[in-house]
Amino acid sequence: MIRWPMAFGRFCYDFVVGDTPELAIGVVLVIVGSWALTRAIGPGGFWLLPVGVAALLAASLWRGVSSSPS
Amino acid sequence: MTGSVLIALAVFGACAVEMVEALTIVLASGLTRGWRSALEGAGVAVICLAVVVIAFGPALIHYVPINVLRTVVGSLLLVLGLQWLRKALLRASGHKAKHDEDAIYQREVERLSGIPRSGSGRDSIGFAISFKGVLLEGMEVVMIVLTLGLSSGHLLVASLAALAAVVVVGAVGVAVSRQLREVPENAMKLGVGLMLVSFGSFWGGEGVGVHWPGADLSLLGLLAGYGALSWVAVWILGRNKAASAVAEAG
Repeated sequence: MIRWPMAFGRFCYDFVVGDTPELAIGVVLVIVGSWALTRAIGPGGFWLLPVGVAALLAASLWRGVSSSPS
Repeated sequence: MTGSVLIALAVFGACAVEMVEALTIVLASGLTRGWRSALEGAGVAVICLAVVVIAFGPALIHYVPINVLRTVVGSLLLVLGLQWLRKALLRASGHKAKHDEDAIYQREVERLSGIPRSGSGRDSIGFAISFKGVLLEGMEVVMIVLTLGLSSGHLLVASLAALAAVVVVGAVGVAVSRQLREVPENAMKLGVGLMLVSFGSFWGGEGVGVHWPGADLSLLGLLAGYGALSWVAVWILGRNKAASAVAEAG
């Protein structure tokens, strides 16, 4: 009975986090940061989201290249 | 209008990529275990996926506040889109092996041919392999249909685009049968990844109160910006790969 929810939980974890936990954690940080910046300075705070996402992609690519066999 | 066209394109592309992967499994199952079981398994999986969209779609629209929905959906789209984009960029620059549908097909055929059939009726293994393959590949499409459709209010457009991709790829797949490697899967994955990341940024931002300059038009700006970044990334990573190959040879 307990196996089905556990399997579903594992499926969800693999689906969202998988082998790139830096992306899942980074997206949460970027979204929270954008919320905080927009509350603090208003409409001018839109830039953090695309810049944060770009930095996240670059960092994840760097990690992927470092761990791939040359 | 721009939004609904981009949504239709993103869902069609995502569904087509996943459909190619699912079709490889269904073809291998059909040719080794019999078409009846393989097609029944795929059909039941498609019905299950449609039930998930029908059950969750309207319920989420009615009971979850739009800003919460957009924040959660935007974050999910960002994670999914960045995963697709990362994989496609690593493959395009040679740092990761490309997805070889022919190799997967051969592996599946060899594996399934070695398992004896139980009788002359429905083959339970063929049914299960086909069902599982379509269900797992399709779940990602369901997630994309729900997230893109709900945030934009174009759930019907997203569902129809997914259905169109199933029909088109299914028809082409049956026609060309085993030449699935001809499909430019990585380029499609890169394009869809760019769209998912752009939509995810836009809605995730709107959900937490970000005011985008130019409103909906900023989606095109995001798409162009992330596209330029991806082009630069492939160029740099490709040079890096070539340099390390030269260093190893020398």
